[in-house]
Amino acid sequence: MMQTENLFPASEFCRYYNIEITFLDLLKDYGLVEVVTVEERNYLDVTELQEVEKIIRLHYDLNINLEGIDVINQLLQKLEETQDELVMLKNKLRKYEN
Amino acid sequence: MEFVDYYKILGIDKSATTEDVRKTYRKLARKYHPDLNPNDKEAHKKFQQINEANEVLSDPAKRKKYDQYGKDWQHADQFEQARNQQSQRGARAGGASYSGGFDEEGFSDFFASMFGEGGRRQTKFRGNDYQAELHLNLKDAFTTHQQTLTVNNKNIRITIPAGVENGQKIKLKGHGGPGVNGGPAGDLFITFIIADDPVFKRDGKNLLSDVKIDLYIAVLGGDVTIDTLHGKLKLKVPPETQNGTTVRLKGKGFPVYKKENEYGDLFVSYTILVPKNLTTKEKELFHELSKLRS
Repeated sequence: MMQTENLFPASEFCRYYNIEITFLDLLKDYGLVEVVTVEERNYLDVTELQEVEKIIRLHYDLNINLEGIDVINQLLQKLEETQDELVMLKNKLRKYEN
Repeated sequence: MEFVDYYKILGIDKSATTEDVRKTYRKLARKYHPDLNPNDKEAHKKFQQINEANEVLSDPAKRKKYDQYGKDWQHADQFEQARNQQSQRGARAGGASYSGGFDEEGFSDFFASMFGEGGRRQTKFRGNDYQAELHLNLKDAFTTHQQTLTVNNKNIRITIPAGVENGQKIKLKGHGGPGVNGGPAGDLFITFIIADDPVFKRDGKNLLSDVKIDLYIAVLGGDVTIDTLHGKLKLKVPPETQNGTTVRLKGKGFPVYKKENEYGDLFVSYTILVPKNLTTKEKELFHELSKLRS
């Protein structure tokens, strides 16, 4: 029997956020989330919950379609990488200051 | 309490239609939404303001009240109280309370005074993200250790992994502001600020230090004991070592973040100290040496 301790039941998640289970299927089809099926029950990995919450907010608060969310996610990832690089370069620069 | 000009916040005219309000709100919300502006306090604040402005101006009843009493909201309070007294006593009007001091997370005091708790649509809102700075010195960041932080009167014990970088952020999920209407709590972001060290400069996993050696050791060779973050270390300085020579001490640098027992290198640069206040005898000997070279 497969362990489900790091998994959160998709149905409970949908009930909490008041969304249709089909919305999660759609996210899965778009490759935006991974839905794990254990003994015919769907689960979300707990590490992915925050990402799904963000997608829900972007979709329902801002009417952004799923293609748009995918683009945003990629750009945010690039932004984060750029910010990390900036921090690293600033730290390198500190060597030559003072 | 300050008057909040919702029209100004959205940048619209008082004659704007409800559709104009919604359109402008959607445009601004896309610009300032916290998910699109991670770790940007100003954007978060702006988003709350436009959210609040939209709550009022997109609802004809609230907008009417705001337009009527906006600048003199205290009068609205008195007016409503008088009207309530005229109607049935004790019948609470749909939960809309105009009592002062109501402070709802994410909405201004002005909004709360004007529309009360019942003024909000029962939308679930995620709590605010909190930002905090944790100041460490280089030696603190050298070892994995635990620290207890107090955030909103709650103690949070966190483990700081060795090798954390200056400016690096970590997220503590659910330790931010409480959610509204059953929404999830926000997150706590901690930025590490690592102070410059007087001895060691850091370049990622590597460290750099400057070691002063006297002229005689530089010329003739010898041993020097240096400080490293791993403890004292004896180094052999070869004869005829030049000023600025750098030696690399493998594995004596900084720990690699989240990689146990993996360290960078320490680069030691020699600065040769020329003796001062020479005696007559020393000067004579240096002259002799100089002649041998010419």
